[in-house]
Amino acid sequence: MIKIDKILNILLRLIDASKVTISLTIVAALLASVIAFISGILLLNRHKIIRFLVRTYVEIFRGTSLLVQLYWIYFVLPFFSVELPKFTAGVVAIALNYGAYSAEIVRAGFLSVPKEQIEAAKALNFTPSQKMRYIIFPQAIRIMLPGLGNQMIELIKGTALVSLIGLEDLTYSGVIMRTNDIADTFIIFILILVIYYAISSIFASGFKLLEKRANVGRA
Amino acid sequence: MWSWSFTFKVLPKLLSAAKITFIATILGFLLASILGLVWTFLKRAKIHWISSSATAIVEFIRRTPLLIQLFFLYYTLPSFNIRLPALTVGIIGLGLHYSTYLSEVYRAGIEAVEKEQWEAAKSLNFTPYQTWTLVILPQAIPPIIPMMGNYLITLFKETPLLAAISVVELLQQAKIIGSEYFQYLEVFTLVGIIFFIFSYPSSLLVQYLEIKLKNPAEKRM
Repeated sequence: MIKIDKILNILLRLIDASKVTISLTIVAALLASVIAFISGILLLNRHKIIRFLVRTYVEIFRGTSLLVQLYWIYFVLPFFSVELPKFTAGVVAIALNYGAYSAEIVRAGFLSVPKEQIEAAKALNFTPSQKMRYIIFPQAIRIMLPGLGNQMIELIKGTALVSLIGLEDLTYSGVIMRTNDIADTFIIFILILVIYYAISSIFASGFKLLEKRANVGRA
Repeated sequence: MWSWSFTFKVLPKLLSAAKITFIATILGFLLASILGLVWTFLKRAKIHWISSSATAIVEFIRRTPLLIQLFFLYYTLPSFNIRLPALTVGIIGLGLHYSTYLSEVYRAGIEAVEKEQWEAAKSLNFTPYQTWTLVILPQAIPPIIPMMGNYLITLFKETPLLAAISVVELLQQAKIIGSEYFQYLEVFTLVGIIFFIFSYPSSLLVQYLEIKLKNPAEKRM
């Protein structure tokens, strides 16, 4: 007979640990969005040097593994006297990694806006900020949202890697709980998977809502 | 800061650990390609409970971290009396995780095959097996090769996670050497460079294939 109160106890402890996972997700996602939008726009800059520099950043972070980057930031940077706490190291690695992937989505989104739209804005004498706010952004974000939503799910899953540098997130707590209670291994890991699934699904439906809003007034 | 003598001393060790990384990548991708096709067929099944449970399982695997899936397989399989080497567990984990992504890719490829092709197969009295192997898949697969290539590269970059279940692949080897000499700069940088050397040219190749394999009908438009 499976003891309900035992499962409940494990679940409560895991939910408590997922606070770290959720705050890591939110902080890293916000930073990643800022990086993605800045780099995505700079990838379309008219100066070749700027494009080259941003392109280098994007390709390096897309071309090496997130865990390698996390280890590099956590284990190598201290040799250059940059010592980051675990949480910060996690945020920086995750944000730089997913920021690089999402920069490509942001770039493609802006590129998808037809030239005529920009010309029309110019013909109507819109200021650059009006042009961005009323013409380019609403059309570009519609193209970006599905891709950014997928990246969001990847980012949530990516946060599990911080457990490997010892940050006490959901994954780490589960692994520790398991070593204390080997018999409960199965139930612990099933519950962890369910919690991650719940977190991912909440963010996924959030993005679905945003997509719906961005598509208001369209056929 | 950077020691070249140390670099050359550890490089052969790292490269030999890279073999494990490549084995995991290739076998993991092979498994993912086969399982992905299985998911695609299950999701298309006429019997509702099969298709809906396949969809639910795929979605569940996709939305949970590979790392936990690896832990789950590694720690719970022995309690079902299935004892496998860590590398095998890692390959199963990678294959299972990426099969859910590839099933989406296959689905896109299959849906892109025109309806007339199905009708033609029917009018030629092809069996379902003939229809799939002679008509549908030969047309569905080539356009999705670049997308599959992208997932191969992604899977390659996820292999360091196998370190968590005690597989001594590239990154784990680097960590072992690094902690032995307390010198992390060279080893972790080299690992990054090795990953980059393989993944960046591959992604350029994929981009090239994407342009090359563009549906000729689409190109004419």
